[in-house]
Amino acid sequence: MWPAEGIAISGACFQAWTEGASDADLSARDACAFRGFVIERGEMSDLKMLDLAALHDAHGAKMVPFAGYNMPVQYALGVMGEHTHTRTQAGLFDVSHMGQVILRPKAGMEALALGFEALMPVDVLGLAEGRQRYGLLTNDAGGIRDDLMFANRGDDLLVVVNAACKDADIAHMTAHLSDVADVIPVTDRALLALQGPLAAAALGAVITLPDMRFMDVAEIDTDFGTLWLSRSGYTGEDGFEISVPNAHVQAFAEALLTQNTVALIGLGARDSLRLEAGLCLYGHDITTETSPIEAGLTWAIQKVRRTGGDRAGGFAGSDVILDHLANGAPRKRVGLLPQTRAPMREGVSLFSGDTQVGAVTSGGFGPTLGAPVAMGYVDAQHAALGTELTGDVRGKRLPVTVAALPFTPANFKR
Amino acid sequence: MKYTEDHEWMRLEDDLIIVGITEHAATQLGDIVFVELPEIETQTAKGDEVVVIESVKAASDILAPLDGEIVEVNQALIDAPALVNEDPTGAAWFFKLKVDDTAVLDDFMDEDAYKALID
Repeated sequence: MWPAEGIAISGACFQAWTEGASDADLSARDACAFRGFVIERGEMSDLKMLDLAALHDAHGAKMVPFAGYNMPVQYALGVMGEHTHTRTQAGLFDVSHMGQVILRPKAGMEALALGFEALMPVDVLGLAEGRQRYGLLTNDAGGIRDDLMFANRGDDLLVVVNAACKDADIAHMTAHLSDVADVIPVTDRALLALQGPLAAAALGAVITLPDMRFMDVAEIDTDFGTLWLSRSGYTGEDGFEISVPNAHVQAFAEALLTQNTVALIGLGARDSLRLEAGLCLYGHDITTETSPIEAGLTWAIQKVRRTGGDRAGGFAGSDVILDHLANGAPRKRVGLLPQTRAPMREGVSLFSGDTQVGAVTSGGFGPTLGAPVAMGYVDAQHAALGTELTGDVRGKRLPVTVAALPFTPANFKR
Repeated sequence: MKYTEDHEWMRLEDDLIIVGITEHAATQLGDIVFVELPEIETQTAKGDEVVVIESVKAASDILAPLDGEIVEVNQALIDAPALVNEDPTGAAWFFKLKVDDTAVLDDFMDEDAYKALID
């Protein structure tokens, strides 16, 4: 019932470490240690390269395979330093591996919105032009195929999906939206995120920044080509996600990095930042086996799509999801604060007394909290804040408390 | 100082072998946030997992480099795991091992050989 994936892979990590007779092996163990990220292993030559690969290299990036791409996991600053930099200044993330997809309407925006609503329990029709919203592609069992952002740009919808899911998402949307939209993968643009309390100032020093609040989108012409901006991110901090033409991304990134408040940030800190912010990592905290209600993503289902709403139901898995909404889900995603210094990582089993009641789906150390943090699923009757459980860490049952998410307050510009 | 292929260092002091991890290993592991030490008087065999160290990103095991008895552990690491990054070959030793014959150290790499391994 509970995922054991993390345990199995950690065995492979252990083997790589113990057999580590060379630097290459140590690096392999280290890369392997990012088990939250390493979805497949392959020869480096099979991996897709980022347009900014040379820039990452010049900044001391340690690269790992992630979702088919050779991705920077950390730079010279290190995960802890990069995490803190993002919380206090401005962190620059290369997230070009993510899928940018345009849904271009064939029969008007309303028909497209209604078609897209059949794939998501989300209000698409009501999203105003110039605004972005969080969405979930669901399956017929009420599970989550992927989570995404979509923006109403007036003439089309721009969708940003997870790297590991993008081929499947594009196929899924193409199969179901062909009457109402052309599904067009964007292949000539990189995607950067600039996150942190000084992100707006740093971006405003490089381009003329329009007035935007959290989840606004804008398209602007700059010296770096036409940029697609959204005021959003996945760190819990204020910031922007910026789609940049490939031809300009190097110059744009370098312009941002000339400012001493901006530093490149790798996947390692991206993971600890989103974990502290209580945000789900697809494939771990949300999967095809978790309903949005179990996942604590009820807020993403607007009233208009719930029972009693004008466009209630009519999305994949609506019977399960609306039932969970009405009658409660059998288990819930919760925040977890380990009560010792030992981190509780993905795969750690959670117990109430001698009964297993759940498992950790993401866990590690929260640099801003200065303590281990985790999230996971527990049976509903053990999900109340303050519930004291134990987690099995290397055979020892250590205390852990159900806690509120996020662990660090969000600093969005609403 | 002698070195293992698992990136540990060993130093002989008062007939005991002090064990830690190399600067190279500490750098590769990244910021250490948790150290779990063995009980003293533990009998270990070469290759036993005796210490768990965790960085922000992952857990790793430190192996006993030799057969012996753990006679002392570095309690300072419990409250200050970051010492492993700050002073891996000095203040951040992990444990002291009592062995039958300290001459076994001769079988391990010296500094030049270890440097050749990691270069």
